Amino acid sequence: MEEKFAHPELRKPEHLVYKTTDLMVDCPLSYCPGCGHGVVHRMLMEVLEEKEIASKTIGVNPVGCSVLAYDFMNIDMLGAAHGRAPAVATAIKRLWPDHYVFTYQGDGDLAAIGTAETIHACNRGENFTIIFINNGIYGMTGGQMAPTTLPGMRTSTSPYGRDIEIMGHPLKITELIAQLPGTYYVTRQSVQTPSAVRKTKKALRKAFDLQDQKKGISFVEVVSNCNSGWKMTPVQSNIWMEENMFPVYPLGDIKVDGELVTRS
Amino acid sequence: MTEEIIIAGFGGQGVLSMGKILAYSGVMQNQEVSWMPSYGPEMRGGTANVTVIVSDERISSPILNKFDTAIILNQQSMDKFENAVKPGGLLIYDPNGITRHPERKDINIYSIAAADEASKIGLSKVFNMMVLGGFLKLKPIVQLENIRKGLEKSLPSRHHKLIPENEKAITIGQDLIQPVHVL
Amino acid sequence: MGELRLMKGNEAVAEAAIRAGCDGYFGYPITPQSEVMEYLMVERPYETSGMVVLQAESEVAAINMLYGGAGTGKMVMTSSSSPGVSLMQEGISYLAGAELPALIVNIVRGGPGLGTIQPSQADYFQAVKGGGHGDYHMIVYAPASVQEMADFVQIGFDVAFKYRTPVMILSDGAIGQMMEKVYLADPVARLTDEEVVARCPWASNGRPMSRGHNIITSLDLDPAGQERLNLVLQEKYREIEETEVRFEMIDCEDAEYIFVAFGLSARICQKAMQLARNKGIKVGLFRPITVFPFPKNEIRELGLKVKGMLVVEMNAGQMIEDVQLSVGCNIPIKHYGRFGGIIPTPDEVLKALEEKIIGG
Repeated sequence: MEEKFAHPELRKPEHLVYKTTDLMVDCPLSYCPGCGHGVVHRMLMEVLEEKEIASKTIGVNPVGCSVLAYDFMNIDMLGAAHGRAPAVATAIKRLWPDHYVFTYQGDGDLAAIGTAETIHACNRGENFTIIFINNGIYGMTGGQMAPTTLPGMRTSTSPYGRDIEIMGHPLKITELIAQLPGTYYVTRQSVQTPSAVRKTKKALRKAFDLQDQKKGISFVEVVSNCNSGWKMTPVQSNIWMEENMFPVYPLGDIKVDGELVTRS
Repeated sequence: MTEEIIIAGFGGQGVLSMGKILAYSGVMQNQEVSWMPSYGPEMRGGTANVTVIVSDERISSPILNKFDTAIILNQQSMDKFENAVKPGGLLIYDPNGITRHPERKDINIYSIAAADEASKIGLSKVFNMMVLGGFLKLKPIVQLENIRKGLEKSLPSRHHKLIPENEKAITIGQDLIQPVHVL
Repeated sequence: MGELRLMKGNEAVAEAAIRAGCDGYFGYPITPQSEVMEYLMVERPYETSGMVVLQAESEVAAINMLYGGAGTGKMVMTSSSSPGVSLMQEGISYLAGAELPALIVNIVRGGPGLGTIQPSQADYFQAVKGGGHGDYHMIVYAPASVQEMADFVQIGFDVAFKYRTPVMILSDGAIGQMMEKVYLADPVARLTDEEVVARCPWASNGRPMSRGHNIITSLDLDPAGQERLNLVLQEKYREIEETEVRFEMIDCEDAEYIFVAFGLSARICQKAMQLARNKGIKVGLFRPITVFPFPKNEIRELGLKVKGMLVVEMNAGQMIEDVQLSVGCNIPIKHYGRFGGIIPTPDEVLKALEEKIIGG
């Protein structure tokens, strides 16, 4: 590592302003430049590092853009079949009740093919954390329509825009699972600005803290951009997200301490 | 010794449990046994039957189409199993609800009016044990002490207080059985 | 040692699992195997041994719960019947691809489709040839008695961990529902978490800083890497074929004809054998106990000594393909089958032998 730096004499503790967590593997990520996945990965790993629970954490990643997340997160992980991460995590948490368990899933994985597993794990009140990345599109397979795709939004399988008469409505699964008594903490965040990143990290921290209390699912949705799938620059995509995604998927806590949050 | 038995009647008559107690008694005296029920929706209110084999040797097929003994408790089962008794074999039936009595001349036929007797003396719950008692009088393939052990094994312990009643029913059944046609 | 009980095949599987130190059962109700989970829920092993018993929302969820449990090194199992096992095929393929040990019990019923709830052997191909996608096998045991239902639970877990592979007990509704005498082994304590970690250094159960992170996956986007995984699997299957074959031969020494049958059909053939021998027909029984690995060498040798074989199955002719591949075509090999939940009678089987082989 040392030889990477031209001036090793400058590497002194008093000069340290930022350090990547050792829980991120030191390799290039497979995500498109500008994508929110990498930021969420880093926040997640920082939370595990700060809580000093990396050796007691088991992660389950999905099929989707984050199918290779296990290569980037330097903790024990399992790659689940498409949509089944909540079932996989259910067994892990039941068999290792003192470990910290999370799933990391996209919108197609969690809200289309895996809807049954998502709802039933939430309804049983499993004591793990679900991290849900919602970018309204199937990124990995090349930009097809997702359950969370907005009305009118163009994708490769809704090339003239999502027609709700034919293709149905965007599925607000986070609001839906918040209704279930088995969920304890449900929140929706984003990672397009430094303050949003900080809020997301705080939410992740709370989600893992709650696993100690064994009160049910802690669910963190992160509304994210998909600049490649949306065919925009990263900056454009974040603006588009704020203007179009956030009205349908408003940010903030939806359920806290087992109680639905009433919005003014 | 190998005894191949079909017990058939309505679901709820205790057909399966009669077979189970008989099989457990066989286990208690160190014999090989198998208990193969009809299963599925037909059990619920429809006909139920169970094949019980008690043998000194390893049992081959648990599913049979010919039997040494048929114990028949309703008309549908009479229609289905009268002809499944091996020549020279035994058919025992309760005449209650029987509209067509058995007609074969190459088998031994006995009747046992257990349903009537059981309701008369208020022991309807152990009607099936009366029938078992009748069978054991004719074919004492298991000893009564092993029936008791079988009951202890097959009934949950909260029902062990019912064992004396079951034993009484067996004794009544032994007196109740009547020859109809004997070779 | 052990304990003698009269039990249904389904109950014996459940009790044997508790006694084998199983860590978790995940299942979904389906006739004719629901007694497995019902028995476990009555026995409540989660209050004694700590074994987890969970009713999943579907067979799809159940098999993926196995994937999760097995991926952490725990001893996990499920049971289902044909339509449910069809739903599990993707998950079984993942278990094989990720090299995970797990036990799957299939109490087969008649198909195709919703079919019937009565017993059948029509899932032989699915179990033996790899019902899911990709080149994989499970070790498949075909019990013919309630005793074997219980025995293959412990044996199944042992080989599952020995080879890191899913193992199936391929039974049927009749053996699941019938009661027989069964000698149950004395209970073995579940492994502690520390013992699980020591037994399965490959498992993802929390990374100590002394090692790199473990990854459970069947994915390798690099074709060369995926081919390497396939070669590892194939090597494992060859080793299994060399060491794990089980079979039973009855009265084959002087036999001129052979019944080949597995599971319940073998029991019926035994009765048919008695009837045949009473008529002076010298017939023996070859019963594959493992249907993968198939006892091909043993049956090939037997084929050199006899005049013909009748393969009896409760299907339209599935295992017969493995018999023909093993024996070749020097002697007549014919099939007799009933389908859709009908069980062949010993009389029928004997008649088929006389008509298709002896007179044929």
